[in-house]
Amino acid sequence: MNTDTHAAHADHHHHGDGHAHGTFSTYLLGFVLSVVLTAIPFWLVMSGALPSKQITALVIMAFAVVQIVVHMIYFLHMNTSSENGWSMMALIFTIVMVVIALSGSLWVMSHLNSNMMPVHQMPGMN
Amino acid sequence: MSPDFLKLIFGRLTFESLPLHEPIVVGTFVVVALGGAALLGGLTYFRLWGYLWREWFTTVDHKRIGIMYMILGIVMLLRGFADALMMRGQQMLAFGGSEGYLNAHHYDQVFTAHGVIMIFFVAMPLVTGLMNYVVPLQIGARDVSFPFLNNFSFWMTVGGAVLVMASLFIGEFARTGWLAYPPLSNIGYSPDVGVDYYIWALQVAGVGTTLSGINLICTIVKLRCPGMTMMKMPVFTWTSLCTNVLIVASFPVLTVVLALLSLDRYVGTNFFTNDFGGSPMMYVNLIWIWGHPEVYILVLPAFGIFSEVTSTFSGKRLFGYTSMVYATVVITILSYLVWLHHFFTMGSGASVNSFFGITTMIISIPTGAKMFNWLFTMYRGRIRYELPMMWTIAFMLTFVIGGMTGVLLAVPPADFVLHNSLFLIAHFHNVIIGGVVFGAFAGINYWFPKAFGFKLDPFWGKMSFWFWVTGFYLAFMPLYVLGLMGVTRRLRVFEDPSLQIWFVIAAIGALFIFIGILSMLMQFAVSLLKREQLKDVTGDPWDARTLEWATSSPPPDYNFAFTPVVHDNDAWWDMKKRGYQRPLTGFKPIHMPASTGTGIILAGLATAMGFGLIWYMWWLAAASFIAMLAVGIGHTFNYHRDFDIPAEDIIRTEDARTKLLAGAK
Repeated sequence: MNTDTHAAHADHHHHGDGHAHGTFSTYLLGFVLSVVLTAIPFWLVMSGALPSKQITALVIMAFAVVQIVVHMIYFLHMNTSSENGWSMMALIFTIVMVVIALSGSLWVMSHLNSNMMPVHQMPGMN
Repeated sequence: MSPDFLKLIFGRLTFESLPLHEPIVVGTFVVVALGGAALLGGLTYFRLWGYLWREWFTTVDHKRIGIMYMILGIVMLLRGFADALMMRGQQMLAFGGSEGYLNAHHYDQVFTAHGVIMIFFVAMPLVTGLMNYVVPLQIGARDVSFPFLNNFSFWMTVGGAVLVMASLFIGEFARTGWLAYPPLSNIGYSPDVGVDYYIWALQVAGVGTTLSGINLICTIVKLRCPGMTMMKMPVFTWTSLCTNVLIVASFPVLTVVLALLSLDRYVGTNFFTNDFGGSPMMYVNLIWIWGHPEVYILVLPAFGIFSEVTSTFSGKRLFGYTSMVYATVVITILSYLVWLHHFFTMGSGASVNSFFGITTMIISIPTGAKMFNWLFTMYRGRIRYELPMMWTIAFMLTFVIGGMTGVLLAVPPADFVLHNSLFLIAHFHNVIIGGVVFGAFAGINYWFPKAFGFKLDPFWGKMSFWFWVTGFYLAFMPLYVLGLMGVTRRLRVFEDPSLQIWFVIAAIGALFIFIGILSMLMQFAVSLLKREQLKDVTGDPWDARTLEWATSSPPPDYNFAFTPVVHDNDAWWDMKKRGYQRPLTGFKPIHMPASTGTGIILAGLATAMGFGLIWYMWWLAAASFIAMLAVGIGHTFNYHRDFDIPAEDIIRTEDARTKLLAGAK
């Protein structure tokens, strides 16, 4: 069945998308990496190895970002050329949108916060 | 029967929920019920149910789904416009101690429903319908990427519309304004079902919109015919692509915001409440992250329509194709960087406001570039003033005025004066009517002969055009004046009698628009009767330039007997110039998707679930949710998803066209 569809497509200039299907070793590497990247933050929290909670949180976030990249490369088989580059394009667009929405909201809300809170004690209130 | 038992069955729904004390609503209900009964009776009498079910409701053909979207949009336009007339009447009368004829409870629902319906159930279906119909034809495809999903998306949109319409007669609609800002929309201040109708109507329709966005992106990226590189795509396809990217990126934000609001209302969380760390301002921030891209979702396809129309009716290649594409892409990105201009006055301070003020002004640059491209396309062209071109010219004049008042509002200090005034109302009606609605009408007049095989009647079309355009100016120019004088939006009664004359003029304008709408309905009816005279046998009635005109009008189910090969931006113009000969032999069977009723059933269940959640009929919500899962899983066992149109059928269809074309010459 599968060969049939491919045969039908063979004369059809092969689309050039190059679906990268992982091999056993790439899946294993991805799995090991994601386990390691999960275990280290877990250990950081449980052992309290870093001096402050804030630094721990930042380090965990950094590991999380690396984790996302590992998943995208090893499990979603994304690279710069998959699907004629559309995956990469969609990824960049998504990152731009998420960064705009998150950083913009944080910026806007922090300004609102400093301008509006706490309610100034005006006479007649409370 | 015990009240507890009744409550279990009907939730909050009681006889008191029916608005029997509102004579206007009861009157409307009687008219709608009689009209609906006549329609249903007629359908039954002429035995059309089977036909409708087989050929339309269950169809996965992008052309029929597109037409159904257009019908939905026009039907909902009548409802939304009825609300507009009521508001204009109320504001015209409620002077000098008069309370008008609408009480506050009703009036607040009217203006909320007007906004929600016009954006979600008029503008969106019209735009989606045109994209659905035209895009696959323009790129030489036989259907969208996911035909079943397309049918499902359409019916979800209908489901949302049904919920909004139900709120008119069962219970009430939100009284919060079209974006339902908390804390007013929180359970404490809006304990009734209105806001729940709002939430679930938008959630159900939103699923449809998002899925249709994914579908069309995939279609445009994957199904273009050989030779059509990205920079050879028609501009309408480009703007559709950008619009659908915007849909996919922004509608999830709306979904999440409304989900958080429903958590606040249903289970007592405090995302947007005043207390316990909730922040209503976060709601405003998030909903505009969706809301600003939304207006570009609506207007970008309209820009695409104007591009196609201008170049066709000027008989020239579009001026500055590349700059048009880049302008569209830049607008797509920039539309995400301006959302705060909707709430300059909320108190973010000078630095934030100036950033968003400047980004807002920047967005007028690519839009201005487009305007000049259209003008230069017309320059030295042999312009034919047919209806689509008339709408396009009206758009150019009107939209520029709306754009200028927009840049005016983008100046934060000016916005502090004009915020929430009628100036703002005039501005966004100026760009939405002048841009989106005129665009949809240009598109309807332009592509109607493609969809139905005959042109629309020009006399009634011109009637509609002139009444709409003059009506628009009469209705909204007074609002600019009133806004500058400081009149705020959503007011029900007025003190100052000197303002009344402006509201009278605006009401007369609304009546003009009403005549314009009636003329358009008349145009459809007259064209149907005169269809033999207005017939288009060539498939290319306007001497147009893009691929959809290469096939017959209306196109066969399979769109193109042979997939076209493209060498130029204006593919069909290029084919005509090179003396393209239609192939008359060698037809092969064509593989097509099969109709399915699953879409309408799933959407019906989703609507029932929404209704259950609105009225706290938990059994109904749970049952329809489980049924939805069951039907969804059941559909995966449907193996009759495709069929082949036999070669004989194609030969018959194509031979018929050959005869028609020979007769035309």
